[in-house]
Amino acid sequence: MANLAETQTTEGVPVANDDIPQAIRIAAERVSVFYGEKQALFDVDLDIASHSVTSLIGPSGCGKSTFLRCLNRMNDTIEGCRVAGNIKLDGVEILSDALDVVQLRARVGMVFQKPNPFPKSIADNITYAPRIHGLATTKADFDAIVERSLRRAGLWDEVKDRLDEPGTGLSGGQQQRLCIARAIAVQPEVILMDEPCSALDPIATARIEELIDELRQEYTIVIVTHSMQQAARVSQKTAFFHLGILVEEGETEQIFTAPRDERTQDYITGRFG
Amino acid sequence: MTDIATTVPRPLADADSAARIERRYRQERRFRRIGLAAICVALGMLAIMLITIVSNGYTAFIATEVAIDVTFDPAEVDPDGTGDPAVIGRANFQGLTRNALRAYFPDVSGRTDRRDLNKLISVGAPSTVRAALLENLDWMGTTQTIWVKAGADFDSFNKGQIPRDVPESDRRVNDNQVSWFDQLAANGRVEKRFNGTFFSSADSREPEQAGIRGAVVGSFFTLIVTLLLAFPVGVMAAVYLEEFAPKNRWTDLIEVNINNLAAVPSIVFGLLGLAVLLNLFGLPRSAPLVGGIVLALMTLPTIIIAGRASLKAVPPSIREAALGMGASPLQTVTHHVLPLALPGMLTGTIIGMAQALGETAPLLMIGMVAFIVDVPGSFTDPATVLPVQIFLWADAPERGFVEKTSAAIMVLLAFLITMNLLAVLLRKRFERRW
Ligand SMILES: Nc1ncnc2c1ncn2[C@@H]1O[C@H](COP(=O)(O)OP(=O)(O)OP(=O)(O)O)[C@@H](O)[C@H]1O
Ligand SMILES: [Mg+2]
Repeated sequence: MANLAETQTTEGVPVANDDIPQAIRIAAERVSVFYGEKQALFDVDLDIASHSVTSLIGPSGCGKSTFLRCLNRMNDTIEGCRVAGNIKLDGVEILSDALDVVQLRARVGMVFQKPNPFPKSIADNITYAPRIHGLATTKADFDAIVERSLRRAGLWDEVKDRLDEPGTGLSGGQQQRLCIARAIAVQPEVILMDEPCSALDPIATARIEELIDELRQEYTIVIVTHSMQQAARVSQKTAFFHLGILVEEGETEQIFTAPRDERTQDYITGRFG
Repeated sequence: MTDIATTVPRPLADADSAARIERRYRQERRFRRIGLAAICVALGMLAIMLITIVSNGYTAFIATEVAIDVTFDPAEVDPDGTGDPAVIGRANFQGLTRNALRAYFPDVSGRTDRRDLNKLISVGAPSTVRAALLENLDWMGTTQTIWVKAGADFDSFNKGQIPRDVPESDRRVNDNQVSWFDQLAANGRVEKRFNGTFFSSADSREPEQAGIRGAVVGSFFTLIVTLLLAFPVGVMAAVYLEEFAPKNRWTDLIEVNINNLAAVPSIVFGLLGLAVLLNLFGLPRSAPLVGGIVLALMTLPTIIIAGRASLKAVPPSIREAALGMGASPLQTVTHHVLPLALPGMLTGTIIGMAQALGETAPLLMIGMVAFIVDVPGSFTDPATVLPVQIFLWADAPERGFVEKTSAAIMVLLAFLITMNLLAVLLRKRFERRW
């Protein structure tokens, strides 16, 4: 694990996309979401490639978070929210009632906009999910998970001497990395991030972006962002939403250099949003 | 832009605005003074109340005691010489005590005088002597100086509550008795001592024998029942309503009714207890069990409302975090939300219990107002509680119960203050900022 982290370049050198087969990990088909009577998403079709970063961009209120939350069924927790359509994770329908959301969320982790560590120790934050999912039993196993996850999230060196201190005592950027470490502690396949850097300063943001780039090796990442630069920096694929409609999706480079739709053009050139 | 550039610089305050500022300051000062006055009035009233209670009541913690020389003549106490405590315990200790007192005043004769003389010491004195002898069986055949409680009137007299310089007819103690008492005092046979009886015995018709132990134990049993019923039910209801119940018209209705329940006068709960628990289910009267159930009904809304408030105060991001990593709703609540909300819930519970401790009206309805001389030993024994004991003593005609009333209020206040302090400490200790 440590080796892996060391051999990574952090200079933003793009890792050749073509090395990794661009298998489709998540396939969303005609996804519509309703909050009570109000429809927030209209027939969204979007494929998310494995081992890549897909960013969702668009003006505020266009439904980015709503779509993201469909992918691990977090919308279930919102009263009056109804999701229609099909979403397949590795070919398995996740919107069906038969699916156990607990299993799903162990495979599709989430990082939220505002860092939200539990008011418990750093170690407990990491071990919570492995514990409830029964991934480890001995103390040694848990310790290994804590170290591996924190190393992976680039936080180990900063906190290794104070694993028993509360996670809420860390700085904002550290807290967010702790949340990422917590999400990868159960080895999910997909990590969803809803504006993970919007509460952070530029330096902390840069660290998280580096981290995202590294995590792409092992995980499929979907990230909502308001920053076009961030989308351009970290993602290989980009999807542009507007008023609940998926307007355009494609390779990030293509979206930012040669958008096909006028609305995308307007948005990325800063004419609205 | 140009506007700003061209306007002449304005003085910071012209006459007009100076007046306005002055007026604003005046208003502020007045408001502060009124607020301060309000606090002073409130504190003043509290102080008056406390001073009255303490000055009336502190004397109840000391009792006047009289030393008498009791001769334990084996011929009288244990004629058969068994040495068996059971036999000795049945001896005529009343006679022994009276003789001891009479021996000290040999020239007192006549029925009335003797009766008056006997009133110098408490009717509880024989049992004090009896207990003393049973503890020291080797006293048999000796004469011992034993301190016994003075009669209630002489206790009051000694404490200056019955004045000496009024006509005999206006006094509860006559001149003869005063001179006997003075004689005892002059010989160092009268002392004020700590009144242990007040804390160790239950109610009594005789003020000097009456204590709050029965009421305290009764309150304790009652509150245990209340806590055991109201806390789990209240917490479960709060958790269900806040975390699991769908938000619809039914839950709104329930919420409104819980709030209504909190506003129902407590005597109504007493009537409910009388009608349902006593008459329908035939539970025993005057029992802490019934009192506890009634008070639990009364406390429930308080706990539910406080519980929901503290659950609401747990930030949603914690729930999202837990749910987002695959915790079930139940795990989310039990592992994260409830531990964070628990201090708040406990605070609410303690405050609810403090209310219950001070409650009188509903308990009157279920018969906890009975005169009970035994310290209750179980949840179904007849019992009374502290506030009802206060009510009973306040109603008693004897002078000696006046100080007992205030003293019992002091004990009740001490419990209440302790509980509220605990609630405040708990809140301070676990206060958390996100
Ligand atoms: N819990 C909810 N209840 C009702 N309507 C909601 C809820 N959450 C979102 N919406 C509505 O759904 C639409 C999409 O919201 P969503 O949060 O997905 O937007 P977003 O693209 O993430 O915006 P932002 O960039 O500001 O986060 C909005 O019009 C919003 O008002
Ligand atoms: Mg959003």
